[in-house]
Amino acid sequence: MSSPMSTPGGKRGRPSNPSTPASEAATSPPAQRRRGQPSSNGDLPLMPTSPPTDMPDPLQDTSLFSSPRRSVLPSEVDMSSPLMYGTPSSRVDGTPRSGARGTPARQRPDLGSVRKSKQVDLQSEPVSDILTTMQPAGQRLVIWGTDVNVATCKEKFQRFLQRFIDPSSKEDENSCLDLNEPLYMQKLEEISIVGDPVLNINCGHVSSFDAELYRQLVCYPQEVIPTFDMAVNELFFERFPDSILEHQIQVRPYNALKTRNMRSLNPEDIDQLITISGMVIRTSQLIPEMQEAFFQCAVCAFSARVEVDRGRIAEPAVCRNCNTTHSLALIHNRSMFSDKQMVKIQESPEDMPAGQTPHTTVVYAHNDLVDKVQPGDRINITGIYRAVPMRVNPRQSNVKSVYKTHIDVIHFRKTDEKRLHGQDDENEQRLFTEARVQTLRELAAKPDVYDRLSSALAPSIYEHEDIKKGILLQLFGGTRKDFSQTGRGNFRAEVNILLCGDPGTSKSQLLQYVFNLVPRGQYTSGKGSSAVGLTAYIMKDPETRQTVLQTGALVLSDNGICCIDEFDKMSDSTRSVLHEVMEQQTLSIAKAGIICQLNARTSILAAANPVESQWNPKKTTIENIQLPHTLLSRFDLIFLMLDPQDEAYDRKLAHHLVSLYYQSEEQLEEENLDMAVLKDFIAYARSYIQPKLSEEAGQALIEAYVEMRKVGSGRGMVSAYPRQLESLIRLAEAHAKVRFSDKVETIDVEEAKRLHREALKQSATDPRTGFVDISILTTGMSATARKRKEEITAALKKMLQSRTKTPVMKFQQLFDDLRGQSETAITKDQFEEALKALCDEDYLTISGKTIRLAT
Amino acid sequence: MPSTNDWINNPLGVVEEMFGKIQVETLPHDSYNTVPSLNDVPLHYLKPNSLVKFRCLIQDMFDPEFYMGAYDTVDPSTKAKVLRCGKYKDVTECGVDLDSANMVTSERQTFYCVPIPGESPWVKEISSCARVVPSTSYVPSRQKRSYEDDDEDDMDTQPQAQGTPAAAEAQGNGDSKRQETEAPSGQKASSPPLDLNFPLPGEKGPACLVKVYADWDSFKLNDTMEVYGILSVSPALSALSDQSDTSSSLILDPAECMETAEELRVHSPPASLVPRLHLIHTQRLAHNNPLLPPAALEDTLASTLGEMVSVRAELLAYFTQLLLGDVLAAEYLLLHLISNVYARRDVIPLGKFTLNLSGCPATAGPAYTEQLYCALQQLVPSAYRLSMTLQNMNQLRLVPRKDYVANRLLSGALQLAANTSLYLDETQLEQGQLDPAGVRNITALGNVISWQKVDYDFNYHQMEFPSNINVLIASEGRSLLPSDCHVHLQPQVTPPNMEAYLGSALTAQSSSQLNKFRLYLTMARTLDYSISEEVTKAVEDDFVDMRKDDPQSISADDLHSLLGVARLLCLSLGQSALSTDAWSRAKHIETLRKSRSEPQGCLNGNEP
Repeated sequence: MSSPMSTPGGKRGRPSNPSTPASEAATSPPAQRRRGQPSSNGDLPLMPTSPPTDMPDPLQDTSLFSSPRRSVLPSEVDMSSPLMYGTPSSRVDGTPRSGARGTPARQRPDLGSVRKSKQVDLQSEPVSDILTTMQPAGQRLVIWGTDVNVATCKEKFQRFLQRFIDPSSKEDENSCLDLNEPLYMQKLEEISIVGDPVLNINCGHVSSFDAELYRQLVCYPQEVIPTFDMAVNELFFERFPDSILEHQIQVRPYNALKTRNMRSLNPEDIDQLITISGMVIRTSQLIPEMQEAFFQCAVCAFSARVEVDRGRIAEPAVCRNCNTTHSLALIHNRSMFSDKQMVKIQESPEDMPAGQTPHTTVVYAHNDLVDKVQPGDRINITGIYRAVPMRVNPRQSNVKSVYKTHIDVIHFRKTDEKRLHGQDDENEQRLFTEARVQTLRELAAKPDVYDRLSSALAPSIYEHEDIKKGILLQLFGGTRKDFSQTGRGNFRAEVNILLCGDPGTSKSQLLQYVFNLVPRGQYTSGKGSSAVGLTAYIMKDPETRQTVLQTGALVLSDNGICCIDEFDKMSDSTRSVLHEVMEQQTLSIAKAGIICQLNARTSILAAANPVESQWNPKKTTIENIQLPHTLLSRFDLIFLMLDPQDEAYDRKLAHHLVSLYYQSEEQLEEENLDMAVLKDFIAYARSYIQPKLSEEAGQALIEAYVEMRKVGSGRGMVSAYPRQLESLIRLAEAHAKVRFSDKVETIDVEEAKRLHREALKQSATDPRTGFVDISILTTGMSATARKRKEEITAALKKMLQSRTKTPVMKFQQLFDDLRGQSETAITKDQFEEALKALCDEDYLTISGKTIRLAT
Repeated sequence: MPSTNDWINNPLGVVEEMFGKIQVETLPHDSYNTVPSLNDVPLHYLKPNSLVKFRCLIQDMFDPEFYMGAYDTVDPSTKAKVLRCGKYKDVTECGVDLDSANMVTSERQTFYCVPIPGESPWVKEISSCARVVPSTSYVPSRQKRSYEDDDEDDMDTQPQAQGTPAAAEAQGNGDSKRQETEAPSGQKASSPPLDLNFPLPGEKGPACLVKVYADWDSFKLNDTMEVYGILSVSPALSALSDQSDTSSSLILDPAECMETAEELRVHSPPASLVPRLHLIHTQRLAHNNPLLPPAALEDTLASTLGEMVSVRAELLAYFTQLLLGDVLAAEYLLLHLISNVYARRDVIPLGKFTLNLSGCPATAGPAYTEQLYCALQQLVPSAYRLSMTLQNMNQLRLVPRKDYVANRLLSGALQLAANTSLYLDETQLEQGQLDPAGVRNITALGNVISWQKVDYDFNYHQMEFPSNINVLIASEGRSLLPSDCHVHLQPQVTPPNMEAYLGSALTAQSSSQLNKFRLYLTMARTLDYSISEEVTKAVEDDFVDMRKDDPQSISADDLHSLLGVARLLCLSLGQSALSTDAWSRAKHIETLRKSRSEPQGCLNGNEP
């Protein structure tokens, strides 16, 4: 039996333990003080001779308190003997499996190997301030070193289970439960049906129900959780006496509010219940850890079991049966082992201060929590923080003055699990304080919020107001709509933007800024990225030899923005993967036996340079950037970034740049603030605001669309397609989000229309006619150019018809003839196109340089 | 009050004495110079548990560790309990009472520090000379060393009698120290020698684990600083030493066997190789130029400000000679050397000035670019020449990468201290194919040049670290990397023997002259700068006028670079405000420069 002296000094020996009321006034914990008082024997007669009325009821003997409780007579009590303490122990053997309907208890290595906590009779404690939380009279037993009374704690917890109703249940895991019934009773029912004997308890619920119980849970998890286990099992088998479980129910608390960040862990947290978030970087192999050693005497075959105490086995030196010394041998395959796994977690990049490297923490997972997480998973861990002294050399007595720390995990919760189910999880990651929400709402209520935000975006880049507004709307995005029931699948909510223009018009800077602003952004350059780099590739994991899917930039920026610089320099095969992403928002992969579809709900912000390095105003957008029109039509907004060349503009630009180079510290400070506000504003709006179209707005959109169609129809051209209508809707929704409005109203539609028109004016103007012509973007050719092509084809056909006598002609000769006939210049390309059109009509065939008329 | 001597020789005693009293451990100010430095003195000559200093860069940050801040020791014979202070110690005294109520657990942070990467030889030389060797206690070990060193060191001896051994040491110790420090690891044939993780290949010197006791959040990765701390070299700290003889017991301990052997090796390297330093005082270094000590900054500034113009002229003449008589290129080189990222506006770093010096004579082979680098290395406090051969680009690790097996940040050549000169020699580039690693390296270089940031590879994600590296690209044609400013070299002289020509130019400079240049370059960089209202107006007018004449002639980007050049020009003249003169001069040299590079610029479609 280990003496109380050997309890690790980490917690109990700490002189200041702010959460323990007992130690607030005293310099050492109660138990310690008590040991040092030989006169306390005199207090003992106060103890009643009969077992205390509020002693744990017999059921606990069957579960965790394995050793039968003796009613201790005061005369037998020796102060130095541990016998005077009740011993809750989770030892399995030695107890007939009675009571809890034959369900075996299961060891909880997650609560540590020191399971022999003792109860202390508080009545004999001379210090009265401990009693503040206790009932005024009666015998009180608390677990040694804590202020936890098993019976009260159990009672409180049972009351919590029976009465707690979650007032604001939003979590999807509770979705099938009745919100007006006690939450955890329903969960117990679930356990009885499903048979998975684990009860997850949200600490937030406990704290809202009983703050005192929560405090005890956080401060003394090692003692309180077994008590909870007891309470739950009692309650459960009372209710569902017939249910059969693999082992007794284990309580797994999660979401302890005490600590959220790995960086804020400090010595105060040792042996307490904590919750931290992080990313798994490494998992070890499964380690069998001995829980109980089995010894057998070589002489008489007498067997003995010894529990492992803090990693050490006390080998019995003498056989109790035959009294032979050193005859006991360890029998490995009859010893008890439990599974253990080391998991290394690293701080999530969001939690880190700039300029520092992430911290890592070692976590031990036990039993069924082994292999629950994989490297790369983002998880929240609830567990008990431990520190053990490191020995320089087991044989030396001086120890390194350093502790090894780790967390014994009690509960894993993957934070990115829900992403797979297609829901936004950003609201889980970002918690906004009341005050923050208030400031954001105030800002959103301002009439000029839209202008304010757009000017706060990349302030170092001058002007380009409309482009910034476009990007701002892209950052907010539209509302996600699901039409999968009607067979159309998801509608894209993300806005895609293409910037094209002269080199050196700070396109790259704008991209960099956006990339730095959004939490899940990716930045790639068209020059340096391949198709697999953008999508996903399969590789062999060097450790496990399994093929694993490595995701590329587009998948990584799911729910974020993928910035692609030098879009025009991308190879065609790379660009082709974008088609699916930009409309369907998924990526289909069929490689190395892995066929799957990944979500890639990413907005794309691309920048392209004109082919001739300088923008040629005489050419259309398509001709200038040489991108396939199929891709171009998938961009909601295409902006040109050109030098305006105007004096007032130049002056302002110069002023802007000069002040950029010389600005006081405070101004810089102010700006940083703006960026933080902007970040929060966007994150808040994205996760909480889901605007819907109002009646008027819908009407306005219809009108706008009809108008756009009309513009072109006057000249025999189509100037709008349904895709443009969808763009308009998305932009209007994004604008409503900027206003924190749940409804899309006419002003939103107005702005969407204006912005769309501006972008069109820039990108879809036919340089030959000066009209806006959407067909440049949708078919890659302006209507005038198409008309011209038809004319040439007709002329060529006519010419060929006139000379049917010679069915075979030379290419060059025909070209020259046609040029001679025509009054306008015909380029070779145009001629070839015309030939091809006729070829398609089966009017002629082309073979090499000869043209043969079809007969 | 403890004396300086006490602090140096028995710091733990001083701390122990102070422990319990309400007193902050402060170092007497006069002791800064007398503390022996780990940079100069080899480890085995330093007394364990004495106070030493170390000029270093934070290469990696380990996890915080909990230690016994205070504990009771029990004397086995008398059973008397003594309360001890656990601060600044790695190993406790015998007989710790683990269950004592007085035990206090405290937290400290460990940083892995390496000597400043690429530190120029002259910096090491001067800083070791400046040191005044402390008296008494240091003598025994010093004499012992003198015997063995005097016959192998035939370096020039300094007039200072006291400083001699240390100074000679600093120059000659490179090899001898290396042998000494590597000896312990060499003996263990079973394990490969420990990689000390220096950012640059071929670096020497001790690495150090610095334990920080307070305010560790204010330290950032890649900070340069001078730390004063208590040296701890207890052999018990080494993970390797006890692994061999107690391996069986190690496995039994569940807490210990979880860590991989690799991680143990890295986090507890032999103390003889990587000593521990318990930090008492830090001095952040804005620069590592020993000629300009931080304390004397104000005085030196005031006294030398007047001389700056003349020194500038001399330096310009020197550069002109180096650059084969090209005055314009020399001027740009000077501006480049004093550039410094002084602010960041959202994503744009301000003040960077990457220079691409094209037209380096290739006929002379690598000699010219190499010699040029040598000349620059003599002037700047830290520099590194990256020869951009295909092999280097494909194989070198430029970007630091997190090694999760050993749980450390594997350093890369781009993990450099602020204001390090990175000299990219593109003349070495030959035809061939870049593999994916090579492409990543080129991208990383491009990121440093354009955004002054390095994206460290954390396997599951990347993390951006701001950098402040002066990049100079020497190439034949225009570089394939972006640059802020491209100057095509126009040699005025063609010396028949390039090597001899440059060699004579190099040796012609006296050391006092070089010191003047060194001081000048560091000073110009630290000056403040502002633009007055009137000048702002004038610049605006000028810009509008230029645009009016020919909109194509000047773009917003051109104005950016023009403002940058004007700023550097002012600083180089020791002026702290932009004058119209400097503005027109900047315009002038920019026009000259552009007229040179124009015919070339159009050929290559790269964005500037």
